[in-house]
Amino acid sequence: MNLMSEIGKRKAVNLLSLSLACAAAGLGLFWLIFILADVLRHGIAYITPELFLSEAAPPGMEEGGLKHAFIGQLLITLFAVLIGIPLGILGGTWLAEYGRHHKLGRFISTLSDIMISVPSIVIGTFVYAVFVKPLGHFSGFAGALALAIIMIPVVLRTTEEMMGLVPWEIREAAFALGAPYYKVILQVVYRGAATGIFTGILLAIARIAGETAPLLFTSFNNMFLTTNMNEPMPSLTVTIYQYAMGPYDDWHEMAWAASFVITVFILGLTILGRLIIRWKYKN
Amino acid sequence: MSDSIMSVNNLNFYYQGNVHAVKNMSLPIKRHQVTALIGPSGCGKTTFLRCFNRMHDLYPGHRQEGEILFEGSNLLTRKDIIELRSRIGMVFQKPTPFPMSIFDNIAYGLRLKGIRNRAELSDRVEKVLKQAAIWQETHDRLKQSANSLSGGQQQRLVIARALAVEPDVLLFDEPTSALDPISTGKIEELMVSLKQEVTILIVTHNMQQAARISDHTAFMYMGELIEFGQTETLFTNPSEKLTEEYVTGRFG
Amino acid sequence: MATTIKREQTFEKLFSGITFSAAFLILVIIASIFISLFRESLMAIDSFGFFGFVSSTAWDPVREQFGAATTLYGTLVTTILALVVAVPVSLGIAIFITELCPKFLKPIVSTAIELLAAIPSIIYGMWGLFTFAPLMSDCVEPLLQKIFEPIPLFGQLFTGVPLGIDILTTSIILSIMITPFIASIVRDTFALTPVQLKESAYGIGATRWEVIKDVMIPYSKTGIFGSVIIAMGRALGETMAVAFVLGNKHAIATSLFDASATITVTLANEFTEADSDLYLSSLFYLALILLGMNFLLLAVAKMFLARRDK
Repeated sequence: MNLMSEIGKRKAVNLLSLSLACAAAGLGLFWLIFILADVLRHGIAYITPELFLSEAAPPGMEEGGLKHAFIGQLLITLFAVLIGIPLGILGGTWLAEYGRHHKLGRFISTLSDIMISVPSIVIGTFVYAVFVKPLGHFSGFAGALALAIIMIPVVLRTTEEMMGLVPWEIREAAFALGAPYYKVILQVVYRGAATGIFTGILLAIARIAGETAPLLFTSFNNMFLTTNMNEPMPSLTVTIYQYAMGPYDDWHEMAWAASFVITVFILGLTILGRLIIRWKYKN
Repeated sequence: MSDSIMSVNNLNFYYQGNVHAVKNMSLPIKRHQVTALIGPSGCGKTTFLRCFNRMHDLYPGHRQEGEILFEGSNLLTRKDIIELRSRIGMVFQKPTPFPMSIFDNIAYGLRLKGIRNRAELSDRVEKVLKQAAIWQETHDRLKQSANSLSGGQQQRLVIARALAVEPDVLLFDEPTSALDPISTGKIEELMVSLKQEVTILIVTHNMQQAARISDHTAFMYMGELIEFGQTETLFTNPSEKLTEEYVTGRFG
Repeated sequence: MATTIKREQTFEKLFSGITFSAAFLILVIIASIFISLFRESLMAIDSFGFFGFVSSTAWDPVREQFGAATTLYGTLVTTILALVVAVPVSLGIAIFITELCPKFLKPIVSTAIELLAAIPSIIYGMWGLFTFAPLMSDCVEPLLQKIFEPIPLFGQLFTGVPLGIDILTTSIILSIMITPFIASIVRDTFALTPVQLKESAYGIGATRWEVIKDVMIPYSKTGIFGSVIIAMGRALGETMAVAFVLGNKHAIATSLFDASATITVTLANEFTEADSDLYLSSLFYLALILLGMNFLLLAVAKMFLARRDK
């Protein structure tokens, strides 16, 4: 009898704990759906052609759009990608190939992992100190530089990992044909790792596209359309922050609309990246 | 010994930490013949094979002594390793198709040699695919990824790729151990037919295979060459007790 | 032939040189981040020292008196509360995914949880400010206040006007943001538990929960610990979500319903407005302290995870 109740108690604890685990998963999904539905609900109502086609109206005026912020965001991201991706891929190449058994290689790899987690606002203060302050003004370049610095370790580590997945025998076979190492890397290893590296790039872009903190005091903000990377440049994210904190209702509406666009873009990229990985490693 | 393409003299090989993997090997490699290297696992035969195209140079920490004479000089001290490797090709245990199309796999080595002309490339690709007896299966899908081929086909493709750069010697490191018996049979036939073009060195675990396809056989044990001779003699009338025990399956 | 070989060797050197420089750049960047933040902080370091700075609750731009105590306090309190919420939830999610979830649902649930990490922090901020904070101030916080405020001592945590822009709201949002980091690392660590170990526990009549509690969790200790530290680093450095809902108030809060400030929020709000050199230098000093804490934490986490993978 005593034994039975002991087992009964254990079974009850088992059931309770496992139910809590299910509830935890449910809670996670609940937050995701809650947040996404909220952004969708608020954002979609304010998506209008003007949002993309007109520039900012003076504060308090009704009409107006975020064209300047879209273009600024695009330019800053583009330049960040142009700086960050080549450097990340090249660095990752050294870590995966020439520096594979090097102590320095392992050290750089570990440091990059740590650098991925450095708060992005700290990167912003760094770029402010070495770039904005000496030049004396905020600029789109400074913002791109900050995002590039955030991107480099991400791309570098993915490249290293993806190249590491290419079987070593393939390299030996290329060597055995008389290929020099650089050709083995450029023509054989890169091809084998291409999908993986590409996915890594997608995810890295997704990561920087939503960054706000490092732009606050690098590219700063601007109410006007500019394509001059040497001037303060508006970005969607900083604009969202400014508008959301501002007093006007139409500012809040535009902030929601911009949030919607950014969320769709980033989640789209992220899901695409995951699908590519799943598809690639199923074959 | 005038028909020897290479001659190994007192070759010693040490891995990192002074592990003596190949001990004082000496033997000739006959031109246009198949020489098989047999012996139990870990006897140093793969290590020995990889000396011929300087594969060990990819990894630090090893040391080699002695010489492998090739074209009148010791290939172990040659500076132009890249050229050497295009003269002495290698085929590995697992098929190693490059992540590109069937055509590009073959053309890869040719392009390395500086052949860019399209017509010449496709001529040579067709020629070696025929030579490697895989033209039938691939001629209508040259643009497809090499990964779409079966394991046995991949291995013949890799052999064709090695042949394309017109090497003098081909090294085979247990080329059929990952394949089924039918694919194995095709590759064995292929190796025998290739004798006219190249000299073949093959490491194999499979004694029947050595007996079937090789002209000379070297039996290695614990890093040492125990016996070297005509394959027929070595299998039917070995002079060493150890060889006899191994070829009759009493150990290994 | 000789010339091509020469050329190949040149290319080889060039390519390995370029890739090496790119890899080495990481070291250069990290070193320059530390050096430049240190240089910019020098003025504040000279004025306030280290212990003086971290122990002072002053933050007065007018009198130029600066200390890190209030922001450090806000940073640590929100981070620790976020961990208190996130760790059990994440463990539950990891248990669900590895042990309870039907196979076809696994990738979907895993991806959904990881998507939480992909949502940019500014979106968490928007949602927090316009949806979640009002919800907290209208429904959740008054209810909590009613239940807990009468309790002596403990009730202190629930005093004040529940505006929703406070430590509790911030910590909950932070906990949602760090949950996917803990959950996915713990999930991977759980998967490393040898099947024989689990089976032998089942073999002596353990329930599923007992196997999880007595075999999987102890076996995954280092991984769990590593993931918690990584998540802690995340929470410490989170900026935008916190900037929307914490209120940026430089004071030592004693209630969950008080506004507060973290290092990151202070930087985000005051960096471009700092009108004196000492003010700016103090902000750099805060950034340096945050960077130092983060680096230290991550190094420790890497150590734990490296031990797990051995």
